[in-house]
Amino acid sequence: MKEITYLEAIRESMSEEMRKDEDVFIMGEDIGIYGGAFGLTNGMIEEFGPERVRNTPISEAAISGCAVGAAMTGMRPILEIQFSDFIMIAMDNIVNQAAKSRYMFGGKAQVPVVIRLPGGSGAGFAAQHSQSLEAWMAHVPGLKVVQPSNAYDAKGLMKAAIRDNNPVLFYEHKLLYNTKGEVPEEEYEIPLGQADIKKEGSDITIVATAVMVNRALEAAAELEKEGISVEVIDPRTLVPLDTETILASVKKTSRVLVVYEAVKRGGYGAEIASMIAESDVFDYLDAPIRRLGGLETPIPYNPVLEKAAVPQVEDIVEECKKLMNK
Amino acid sequence: MSKKTSYSPEQLKTMLYDMMIIRSFEETVEKLFQQGKIHGTMHLCIGQEATAVGACVPLTNEDKITSTHRGHGHSLAKGTGIKGMMAELLGKETGYCKGKGGSMHIADMDVGNLGANGIVAAGLPLATGAALTSKMKDLGYVVVSFFGDGATNEGAFHEALNLASVWDLPVVFFCENNLYGMSGSIKEMTNIDNIADRGAAYGIPSETIDGNDVLAVAEATERAVARAREGKGPTLIEAHTYRWRGHSRSDARKYRTREEEKEWRKMRDPIASFKEKLVEDKVITEDEYEDLVKKVQAEMDEAVEFAENSKEPDLDTLMEDIFA
Ligand SMILES: Cc1ncc(C[n+]2csc(CCOP(=O)(O)OP(=O)(O)O)c2C)c(N)n1
Ligand SMILES: [Mg+2]
Repeated sequence: MKEITYLEAIRESMSEEMRKDEDVFIMGEDIGIYGGAFGLTNGMIEEFGPERVRNTPISEAAISGCAVGAAMTGMRPILEIQFSDFIMIAMDNIVNQAAKSRYMFGGKAQVPVVIRLPGGSGAGFAAQHSQSLEAWMAHVPGLKVVQPSNAYDAKGLMKAAIRDNNPVLFYEHKLLYNTKGEVPEEEYEIPLGQADIKKEGSDITIVATAVMVNRALEAAAELEKEGISVEVIDPRTLVPLDTETILASVKKTSRVLVVYEAVKRGGYGAEIASMIAESDVFDYLDAPIRRLGGLETPIPYNPVLEKAAVPQVEDIVEECKKLMNK
Repeated sequence: MSKKTSYSPEQLKTMLYDMMIIRSFEETVEKLFQQGKIHGTMHLCIGQEATAVGACVPLTNEDKITSTHRGHGHSLAKGTGIKGMMAELLGKETGYCKGKGGSMHIADMDVGNLGANGIVAAGLPLATGAALTSKMKDLGYVVVSFFGDGATNEGAFHEALNLASVWDLPVVFFCENNLYGMSGSIKEMTNIDNIADRGAAYGIPSETIDGNDVLAVAEATERAVARAREGKGPTLIEAHTYRWRGHSRSDARKYRTREEEKEWRKMRDPIASFKEKLVEDKVITEDEYEDLVKKVQAEMDEAVEFAENSKEPDLDTLMEDIFA
């Protein structure tokens, strides 16, 4: 095992696949000598050269469509959208083209493209650089959606995303980039659709995504001191969703809190909550399913307001106590 | 002898002063950022003061601008106040956006500043729409849309130019070509010599000018604004300039050489060259210039004090202003 950051894990994963498979290449704005807005692709152009580390003009519509077209014809592009917010400009190519081509053409096409999307708030970048819109993507049939919360998962999931023959939207959280985690020296892959139990517990199940997994773990540690035992589950991929692991946990604990950074209304946590409510596990619930999500506001610039706009550790602790009637 | 201008000594002095204010503002916020008093990110326009100031010379308070992520200079040149901008950067309730927008979203409708923008090229279609309002309501105002060289590779640039052209809208598309996007050199990102050449594709007259010569900028914009006011439609101006600093807070500037930077700083400083010209033409004396330097510093000190002493926004404001 070695310790590397989330950011390094993603870089390592891409580089390893690029060494093995000539068809894999990366493209995006400022990913060459600049190393990308977050430094994630640092050193890659030096290793792979400008043919396979393609620095693009600022043209999200063209580069996303180009990635889809290249994927349909035998390449395996990884596209970096500098901030996930800029996906708006690439939307037609992702939603109307990439997602549907295989189905519309009666199974005669495939679109093995990975779209990397740095998202989330907390860095002071304000409303147009801080969103969490993964639920929009998860809504569209034909797209897979991945949201890793630590370095180990990021590396293994990126492997699976690159090897997948479908469009995969890979959401990275800006606040996680510099978090460190243990990663094995040897090759591994984490299949899409496999949730992970980050901590076992018996009183409450928290299903959390991205940076909220870490906040849920912190909250769980605090609650432990007060005698509340929390199980933390990270779905890791929203589509496909590992319903089995989630339901088994809820069946065991009888209480569930879903925590996500995206605006609560219509966020992916609503889907998780509904899935639980519709299942047989419903009968095991001792309390209504609760959700904790972002407030229904754009992300503000002021740091105090910015923090208040999305769930923090204290909020999770408080919700859990409510669930336990404490 | 430097070339004659039609501007009065007062106007010339104001141009110099406005450029000095912008540079000092940028240097001040850079310091505050390094001290950790400003968070997030910022894009400084040091070295590009002449484009912002020159392009706003022909504009009245009713005329409008749309700006970019590198927008502090545009806002100041259009008349948005230093204090409210400083307070916004510090995230205070007295800021132009009540601390909710920050550097990339400063807006001030009262002076026709329709806002900076975090989305590259997003300002062009908005400016086109603001120009449509002017035309439909016969309001007579003109819109200047600022954007960078990098923005001209976005579809929004091309679609906006075409739309404004076919509808003869009163808009001036003002490209600040500082040779780079974040890191992408314009030479590698386009296969044309001049961005101005793109105007031809949409039937829009265009010209390439020295963006570090404030008078050249003012005169070119004056012509474009006059065309727009006469109902003759949009113009594309490409102004060559250079940003002295990195793209944003952390930039090792590996994509350009120190020699190139030095060349622009030493030989083509828009403020130093204009000041020299004004002294040579006897518009100002060295003493008057020194007075301006002091006045600018005093304004900055006052703005910082105002911003630092302003309150943080109340937590209740978080859920305000989501809907009208
Ligand atoms: C749609 C979109 N794509 C990418 C970015 C990230 N980004 C911000 S500024 C910038 C470079 C813009 O270059 P240019 O238009 O030349 O303006 P300059 O920074 O040189 O003033 C990039 C890529 C963005 N903000 N919006
Ligand atoms: Mg530029």
